[in-house]
Order: sequence, then structure tokens, then C-alpha cells
Amino acid sequence: MADEEDHQETELSDNQKIDIAKWFLLNSPPGEIQYVAKDLRSVLRDDNAYQMAASEAFPFYNKTHIISLQFPDRSGDVLVSSFSEISEDEYLDPRTAQVGKIDHVKQICTDIRPAKDEELPTPYIEEYRCALDAEVCKYVAEAYPKGVCSVYCISGKDVEEPGSDFELVVLITATRLSPQNFCNGSWRSIWNIEFMDELQTVEVRGKMQVGAHYFEEGNVQLEAQHECKDSTMFQSPDDSSFSLANIIRHHETEYMSSLETSYSNLPDSTFKDLRRKLPVTRTLFPWHNTMQFSLTRDITKELGIEK
Amino acid sequence: MVFIISQVKNHNRTGGEAAMGLMRRMPPKHTETALTALLSLLPGHSSDLLSQVDQPLKVLRDGENEKEFILCEYNRDADSYRSPWSNKYHPSLEDGMLPSSELRKLEIEANDIFTIYRDQYYEGGISSVYLWEEDDKQGFVACFLIKKDGSKDAHGKRGYLNEGGWEAIHVIQVGPEQEGNANYCLTSTIMLSLTTNSDESGTFNLSGSIRRQMKADLPVEDGHLCNMGKMIEELEGKLRNQLDQVYFGKTKEMVCTLRPSPDLPSMALPENIKP
Repeated sequence: MADEEDHQETELSDNQKIDIAKWFLLNSPPGEIQYVAKDLRSVLRDDNAYQMAASEAFPFYNKTHIISLQFPDRSGDVLVSSFSEISEDEYLDPRTAQVGKIDHVKQICTDIRPAKDEELPTPYIEEYRCALDAEVCKYVAEAYPKGVCSVYCISGKDVEEPGSDFELVVLITATRLSPQNFCNGSWRSIWNIEFMDELQTVEVRGKMQVGAHYFEEGNVQLEAQHECKDSTMFQSPDDSSFSLANIIRHHETEYMSSLETSYSNLPDSTFKDLRRKLPVTRTLFPWHNTMQFSLTRDITKELGIEK
Repeated sequence: MVFIISQVKNHNRTGGEAAMGLMRRMPPKHTETALTALLSLLPGHSSDLLSQVDQPLKVLRDGENEKEFILCEYNRDADSYRSPWSNKYHPSLEDGMLPSSELRKLEIEANDIFTIYRDQYYEGGISSVYLWEEDDKQGFVACFLIKKDGSKDAHGKRGYLNEGGWEAIHVIQVGPEQEGNANYCLTSTIMLSLTTNSDESGTFNLSGSIRRQMKADLPVEDGHLCNMGKMIEELEGKLRNQLDQVYFGKTKEMVCTLRPSPDLPSMALPENIKP
């Protein structure tokens, strides 16, 4: 074993400490960054380094995990993401046309204000956005017991009338935190929807990510993701939204069943390539009679047929 | 004979506890990075951390017989590692620690038999067994290691896995003979990661590690190798089943809770399946 004195007690630089702290924070499983932060502080024993790391890591983590935070007046939720970001601590909720002020490290929404006109799309775009939001909400309410969704315009929000392209993004997230059962998980999907005016088509790109962590007397994590593409016709706001929500439903349902297939393939195919349940002989290993192996080996040696 | 499976206890110091708390949250595939980071932050806890967190196993080739062997703390002396095949250190080391000739005899036999065991369960992979005397010379310690790359480019016979690693570390303390029996205390760790990848279903990765203990008093006349082997086979099988049914099952249950399939109303595991 390595002796304690073998380890060089060289002091880490502040920057090294901050980098290490950021690494731990950013690798936190879904919903666990606060627990990681707590343990990290006792390991780090350097509050300045921790604060520096937290101020950089939390905003990044919150946005990539697309965390959902409730408005202080409970009038709705705001999703923290790069699509809803107005400034580092301000995020738009297009449904209520409100902007939530976020405390990234505490992961709470501390204040709201009405969105300014220039932060919102034109009425022409808003009609599409709003119709899609309504359809996606319906679907999310059916498919996810605890789902949150939102639709943003990320390009062309100043388009006033037909004749130009624009792009909407649908975010769907669902998180389940059950730390008392040592289990947490999250689902998030991002749907980029490009309305191509000239071609009169709508191009759809989806990315779905699922993570789960079970850690009672162990540490097992699932990380799965899938990307897909589809397209539909550019129609009226209502008709487009209806077919877009169907496309999303179709791909997410397909993906969900492929996840279940991956799980059901584990015991007899995938996991078997790591280790079999039983030996190739289909009986437990003959520990009481290993002489047979020595004999076989001696014979092969004698006959000179050793590999 | 009575087998007790128990959780390996964490020790009580705050820094060490917090470090172990971090280790059970970090993605298992990043164990090595996480451990290196913790060792640099908590140099005073290094031996505690190293004894409680198992690192991914590395492999060297024994030039003498072109066979690979596994590296761990138990066959290390200075910066060299002893091959179980030639009993020589790589890179070579003068006065490197060697087991007594009696123990070395058992070590040779253990390596031979464990190779067959590994082939029968793993259909590939590498295994190494190391034995050494306890300081008080009363008993001895054995370490059985298995490393397998089950990906389709390596030893994954069925070709399902784009990436697949399995590492098993079994450390077993064998007490002195008392009234015909010896006490065996086995600590087993399994670390694994498997990834499938396809256009239809994307990337699917499960990774994890668990560690359990098992103790037994067994008659020495059955032979140390037979006794140790049976315990390892039993605990390794249990860990595999727990990973498959309980640990993977729990992550599946979680996914199905997030987005239940319309035709499968309940995916809950029966209450009696617990780790």
C-alpha cells in the first residue's frame, strides 16, 4: 500500500482547486448538485475557491439540465436554458410573458417582471408559438406525470408576416427526485423546429436525453440519448402545431419503447457479453474437483498439444 | 456454515465521509478522475480513500511468456508490479517482495484454476491472483482480479456492446486454522460499464460499481482454494444479479416513472427485491 509520506504534500493552487470544484459540480447527476456542493465544501475547506467554482458551475449546470423553477407568486414556472436566457440571471417564460430573476446557486426564482416588448416575438410569430405551446402542453400533460414544457422563438422573432423563415424550440423536461429512496432521474428533450418559408416545409430536429441514478449501497447510473429528424408541411398555426405535436409524440414514444427494449435485452444478451450468469458448462464451477483440470493440463503437456 | 453479507462501513471523519459521499454521486465512468481529484485535495486521507475506492484495473504484458497480468496495490513494490506468471517484477526490481515458497505454490495453482473459472464465466478477459502473508504471519490474504472488455471489438462474443468493461476485485483474508476451520473474509467489488449504440435507439449507457462483504468459517481440509473459490463464485454471482435486477431495474423504474408507457401502467419492482 502507498505510504502517507509518499504523497507529496504540495499545496494546490487556487486555480487548481477551483477547477477541481467545478469538475465535481458539473458532473453532478440530475437533481444532486446541492448534495455534491455540500460534500465538496467539506472536502475543499476553502470557501473562496468554492464560491468562485459555484458561480461558474451552477449557471452552466442549470442551463444544460434545463431546471424548472417556480415563480415566487406561483403563477407559473420558468425553464432555465440557453433558449430562454435573457441575461445570465434572467430567463423568459413566453407563456406568461414574464421574466424570472434566478439565483443560480440557490436554484430559486427570486423575482419576476413583465417581459419587455422587444423580448417577445411579433404577433405573427406569437400565433405559431402560442398554438404549438398549447398542443405540446396537451401532449406533455398526457405523457408525463410531472412534465414541464415551453416553446421559444430563437430566430426570426421580428418577422411580421409570411415571407421569411423562423425557428421555434420546444423544451420538455421531467425530473423525479427521490433521495430518500436513493434514486433520482431526469428526462429532457429539445425540439428545434425550423419554418422554411420558401420551401413551405417545417424541419424538425429532436434530441432526447435521459439520466437516472440509483445509489443505495452502490452507484449505478443510466445515461441515454437519441437524436432524430423529421419534417412536415408549413401550414396554418393550428394545423402546423397539431402535426408538430404528433411528430414529437411519435418520436418520444418510439424512443421510450426502444429504451425498454435496451433494458429487456440486458439479462440475456448485452450483460451476458460482460459475464454469464452460469459458466459455459451450465453448472457451478467444480471447485471441489479441480484436479481434473490439472490432469487435463498434464495430458495436453505430455502430448505436446499445449496452445 | 453461515454467510453474512454486509455493507462495507464508511469511517467517521468528516472529510473522508464527504469524499465518499462524492464518490457515490460521480458518474462511475469517471471514478479515476474523481479519486485523483480527492487525493490531491485530501492528501492526509490517501490510504483511507485508496482502501475504500477501487480504481479501474490496468494491465501489463509479462515479456517472459507473453501473458498479460493485472496491476493493483497488492502486486506493487515501488513502481514495479509482480507478474503472477513468472513471479518477476515489471519493470525489473531487485529485492522486490515475494510470497513465501509455500504461498507461491498456492498462488500458481490459484492462477491456473482461476483462469479456467474466468474462461467459463467470461468467455475471455484477463485474470490474476496474488497471495501474500499477513504481517503477523498468522494467515494470508489473496486477491483475485478479473478484467474483461466485452465490447464487440474485443471479447464480446455476441457483439452487442459498443463499449463494455467489467472489473471484479475480490480480496479475501484468510485467518489461521483453528479447530480445523479457518475464517474467510471476502470483500468483492464489481465495476462495470456497458454501452450500446444504434441509429434507431441512440446511445444507451449503464455504468456502476458495488461492493459487498461475505464472511465464513470453513473447514481447511477442503482446501483454501476450494473454499475461497466457492465464496468468490457465490458473491460474484450475487453481485451480478443485484446489478442486473436491482440496480439496473431501479434506473429502469425511474425512467418509466418519468414517462410511463401507455400500455404498461406499472413498472414497479416487487417490494421484496432489495439490495
